[in-house]
Amino acid sequence: MKVKLHVWRQNGPNDKGTMETYEVPNVSSDQSFLEMLDDVNLALAKDGRDVIAFDHDCREGICGMCSQVINGVPHGGQERTTVCQLHMREFEDGAEIFVEPWKARAFPVIKDLVVDRGALEKIMQAGGYTSCHTGGVADGNALPIGKDIADYSMDAAECIGCGACVASCPNSSAMLYTGAKVAQLAVLPQGKVEAHKRVMAMTEAAKEQGFGNCTNHYECQASCPKGVNVKFIAKLNREYMKALCK
Amino acid sequence: MQLTQSSVGRKIIMAVTGIVLVAFVCVHLLGNSSVFVGANAINAYAEKLHSLGPFVWVFRLVMLAAFAIHIIFGIQLTLENRAATPERNVQIKRLKTGFGAETMIVSGLVLLAFVIYHLLHFTVRVTNPDIYVPLGDQGMVDVYVMVVKGFKSALPVILYLVGMSFLFLHVSHGFQSLFQTLGLSNDKSLPVMETVSKLVGVVLLVGYISIPLLVVFGLIKI
Amino acid sequence: MILDGKCPTGPIETSWDRHRFETKLVNPANKRKYKVLCVGTGLAGGAAAASLGELGYNVHAFCYQDSARRAHSIAAQGGINAAKNYPNDGDSIYRLFYDTIKGGDFRAREADVWRLAQVSNNIIDQCVAQGVPFARDYAGYLDNRSFGGAQVSRTFYARGQTGQQLLLGAYSALSRQIKAGTVTLHERREMLDLVVVDGVARGITCRNMVTGEIESHWGDAVILATGGYVNVFYLSTNAMGCSVTATWKAAKKGAYMANPCYTQIHPTCIPQHGEHQSKLTLMSESLRNDGRCWVPKKVEDCEKPASDIADADRDYYLERKYPSFGNLAPRDIASRAAKEQCDDNRGVGPGKRGVYLDFADSIKRLGEDTIRERYGNLFEMYEKITAENGYKQPMRIYPAPHYAMGGLWVDYNCMSNVPGLFVLGEANFSVHGANRLGASALMQGLADGYFVIPYTIAGYLATVKPGQIKDDHAEFKKSAEEVKADIDKMLSINGTKTPSELHRELGKVMWEDVGMARSKESLEHALKRIPEIREEFWNNVKVVGTNEQFNQELENAGRLADFIEFAEILTKDALNREESCGGHFRTEHQTEDGEAMRNDEDFCYVAAWEFKGAGVEPELHKEPLKFENVKLAVRSYK
Repeated sequence: MKVKLHVWRQNGPNDKGTMETYEVPNVSSDQSFLEMLDDVNLALAKDGRDVIAFDHDCREGICGMCSQVINGVPHGGQERTTVCQLHMREFEDGAEIFVEPWKARAFPVIKDLVVDRGALEKIMQAGGYTSCHTGGVADGNALPIGKDIADYSMDAAECIGCGACVASCPNSSAMLYTGAKVAQLAVLPQGKVEAHKRVMAMTEAAKEQGFGNCTNHYECQASCPKGVNVKFIAKLNREYMKALCK
Repeated sequence: MQLTQSSVGRKIIMAVTGIVLVAFVCVHLLGNSSVFVGANAINAYAEKLHSLGPFVWVFRLVMLAAFAIHIIFGIQLTLENRAATPERNVQIKRLKTGFGAETMIVSGLVLLAFVIYHLLHFTVRVTNPDIYVPLGDQGMVDVYVMVVKGFKSALPVILYLVGMSFLFLHVSHGFQSLFQTLGLSNDKSLPVMETVSKLVGVVLLVGYISIPLLVVFGLIKI
Repeated sequence: MILDGKCPTGPIETSWDRHRFETKLVNPANKRKYKVLCVGTGLAGGAAAASLGELGYNVHAFCYQDSARRAHSIAAQGGINAAKNYPNDGDSIYRLFYDTIKGGDFRAREADVWRLAQVSNNIIDQCVAQGVPFARDYAGYLDNRSFGGAQVSRTFYARGQTGQQLLLGAYSALSRQIKAGTVTLHERREMLDLVVVDGVARGITCRNMVTGEIESHWGDAVILATGGYVNVFYLSTNAMGCSVTATWKAAKKGAYMANPCYTQIHPTCIPQHGEHQSKLTLMSESLRNDGRCWVPKKVEDCEKPASDIADADRDYYLERKYPSFGNLAPRDIASRAAKEQCDDNRGVGPGKRGVYLDFADSIKRLGEDTIRERYGNLFEMYEKITAENGYKQPMRIYPAPHYAMGGLWVDYNCMSNVPGLFVLGEANFSVHGANRLGASALMQGLADGYFVIPYTIAGYLATVKPGQIKDDHAEFKKSAEEVKADIDKMLSINGTKTPSELHRELGKVMWEDVGMARSKESLEHALKRIPEIREEFWNNVKVVGTNEQFNQELENAGRLADFIEFAEILTKDALNREESCGGHFRTEHQTEDGEAMRNDEDFCYVAAWEFKGAGVEPELHKEPLKFENVKLAVRSYK
């Protein structure tokens, strides 16, 4: 099959950026989307032209490195699928495909499809942890944790930190990312201790980093490659109100 | 400070004032529906309200405050949210959100304009001074006559239809949204609340526009 | 030279405790004066940086990804072992120690493995305290499953994402230290040289992958936790960015590379679909509990759909060859058997490099629902990649390079032969011997990072004066210039082949000649081809773009250059080791029925190679392995 790509090319955060078109012949339907881009880059490199920069690493849908808006949807809109797990058989022969980077004030473009997601790190650093020391902790079984609670916590912990929630949000809000971590820790006895401080610090950091406010569009859940549920944002709101009352 | 400056805090303010406003439109609709019973019913209702005296003013001030806060924070949050995405993708495909959710600021501002018009129309009585007929000797107005006469011309009817359509849009997203914001939803209740939210919007829309429409079609008449 | 691993002597049960007591400490007030560089932020590096930062050292951490959370530890699915004995099924530190030594085919150091087994219990406690949502039973206690052929249930897990959750735990601890200011994280940095002054590691040179700036960082100690090197085979289950570069640069500065020929080939991966493929995807080994491996008996049947092949015409080769273990034969055995069938031209699927993993019998016996319940997510993943329904037709699998047991040589303190250079996790060679057991990689990474290095690094730092040599030293300048010169050279060649094309060529040679089965002949063939590829690289590579930009082609070229040099030493090690053990199988050394034949007489040692220059014969140093607590025995799976 063959496809026509429209790819965002931008040579740094201060460059204007533009869409460029590439005809891609000989695409195998078994190829992953990134392997198809590899082929485009191979042809560009052979030609001595600047290759398309895109973030990728594990290529098995868990590292959260890949970050492309494909045809207007982060990760391409296949349910629970990252770009690296998206395969060309999902596209029709001759399809036109638009490939763009995450776009948000908090995510400046580094080059082409690569953005700087350092703002997400700052949210985590503000409180996405329990302040336990290495060593000197209680036995793992000292505090029983109900299976339902452990499962709830794990559901929240599935977040891979890719930033699709921000990219899909009309407000560029990072509330699903923040909520997932707040919720994961807030239900566990180990995380409850600092729950109030954590929710305040993390939501404040999200604001400082220039993310927008959540207005409940729920686009984040729809485009999340791990299907992280917006109930964790509700949980964050609940935790926030509890913290306010303190 | 947290409440009025933070991201989640202001959301909560939006939700709480939203509750006040949505409660008001529901109660207002209930009151208005006395017009279906007849002239005496709605005039009695109006008289009852007037008899509350200073409480009416307390109520009005509370409403005004909720309304103002809702609008001010709404505008502020919207501006922030727009600034958070200075440049958008060339292609944007939304998977979940709807027209109502994406146009909250538009529907909100239209509703503000509508409320101003509505107050001028029926409360301050400046747009159509010819519709007011005195009732009794205590300075009361015949509300029933006012409503019927008020919807005799095309412009107010159209404006009310438009205004209430935006109310539908606004409430159909806003109602479920406040449950999420106040942390009252989960994965099971959220889809239900989304449907309920649309239903509330429809009920308000149908309830409110039925009055001008019934007047237009002559089913409510003097 | 005979190397000394500096293992504590005396009873092994108390060896680590005694060693900790005997190791020097650094005065708490002085710790902040010591600057420690930690390269890599996976389980080992992330845990080390966080723990050392918390102790008060001035830590600088480096990773090539945009976040510390993305290291490839994140991809581990199965679980993490610990000798907790929660299920009361007879586990103990000794049993975990014994299983690991035996699983490694008696090619690991006893003392290191004992320590690993001992601290395994602390790891679970630590992770629980961090909020890692391990699977729990209905009473709220930690759940265990059995794994990798162990006879006890000692594997802790968090769904199919154990590696991810453990890494996020370490990452959260690291984030806390970054916030506290004790750790400075340098993202998108690739270490391109180790700076050694008078034989002591004093810092690193790295490239800022966004701006291209060549940066010098000094440190009183350098920790490498940079993972494994199986991307030398081009196609592997590793992440695209995994490379040998950091450890190889250290090797070029004098650190010894130990047992590089010990590579693990995992049997249950999704086969390659075509020439365009960039990486291979692993599916949990647990599939072999209910799936039967087979290939057609007749070559002409290979093109037919599986359903058209009668049962009598199917060769259930694992069941045939290993009647008692059958489809549950260990990784190395199962991988080699699959390769044999395909070499016999009886493979299936594109390129005929695949064997069937058939669930039809299990579905008949247990019902599709039960199979779905057990492996649903794996069937989904398989379908996403191959567009085939594993319930309706047999899956196709093929072995793929997965893990490197070899790595930089370290002593008991995790310090290499270059003083001040510490190596943790997959990057070192220490505990897995010639073969790693399932659920042990996560255990090692966290053990090294949380519970070994914080003690052992103090023993070294207590002997050096902090900040003695800083980045204004001439060696730093020299190193930066050399790095820059290499980059300029690669950019200036402007040949005809891209790094990915050459990497593919190297991978083909390595996979075919130095892969699952190796012979003197194949290894010598590889040793002829690798220098040719090296020559071609330095004369005909085409690297577009400049250094002063975000340039992934340049990154790949640099990594490939190191893989090529390293491949030669890996092959030489394989040629030198005239025995078969664990992941290293020499066809000359097998029993009559094709089993690995170890040679304890001549090869019961760690082979540590000293690099002497590209194309120059490396020097072999040996560290003899002594087994005082475990008896050397033959592994049999018949």
